[in-house]
Amino acid sequence: MAELEAGTTAAAQRPRPLSPHLQIYKFMLSYVMSGFHRVSGFVLYFGVLLIAWWLIAAATGPNAYASIEWFMGSWIGRLVLLGYSWALLHHMLGGVRHLIWDLSYGLEPTEREFLALATIVGSISLTVVVWVVGYLAMGGPR
Amino acid sequence: MKQNQILTPMRRVRGLGAGHSGTHHFWHQRITSVAAIPLTIAAIIIAISLLGRSHAAVVQILGSPLVAIVMLLFIINTTYHMWIGLQEIIVDYVHEDKLKLACLMGNTFFVFAITFASAFAILKLSFGV
Repeated sequence: MAELEAGTTAAAQRPRPLSPHLQIYKFMLSYVMSGFHRVSGFVLYFGVLLIAWWLIAAATGPNAYASIEWFMGSWIGRLVLLGYSWALLHHMLGGVRHLIWDLSYGLEPTEREFLALATIVGSISLTVVVWVVGYLAMGGPR
Repeated sequence: MKQNQILTPMRRVRGLGAGHSGTHHFWHQRITSVAAIPLTIAAIIIAISLLGRSHAAVVQILGSPLVAIVMLLFIINTTYHMWIGLQEIIVDYVHEDKLKLACLMGNTFFVFAITFASAFAILKLSFGV
């Protein structure tokens, strides 16, 4: 019963072990994508302001709608929209990956890393597809 | 057992254990994430189809019943998902009690404001006036 008595001896004075931090672990894409899932969710939380602004502007009238169209047409507006659409698609694919894991599929080491890679490659590809379709729908870049 | 301890060990363990609602948020986050897949795809398609259109056309399309219903479901599902998600982030990183309460309240205020403002806008587009 040495452990039970340890609290009263010199063992209690020793610095307690700390859990290892990120830099100790071997690099894994799966943990990077895990963090990125949370970061993209956090970004989307505030990105929803864009959708609310868009809907309220449409409901308010032509002038309000013209101002959001002007902002989204500017280079900074396009950049914000690009970041928002990528975060949205990335979070969606990351969520699908988590649902796959919830059903206890794809948990082997190689499968985990494949799913993490598929998330990032898939989200970038989907974002490109959405923007190409978007520009085609508008009749070319402007 | 100590003399001042009326509870049995099992009762004590149970009393300190589950709050009987531990998986509630986990489950609701899963429901809303599954619902978010078709709703987000639909919202992206709606947004793309409205690109570059005049205000009058946007009002007409966003206000049509099917589009308005999909957008309402998208907004409500998304904001509920956001509410749980940010609460999880707050309790993970904000440890100072009063600041944590303020963040949790702010999260609720933000989510309700966004939900009601967006829903009002969609309904106004649908019902005119």
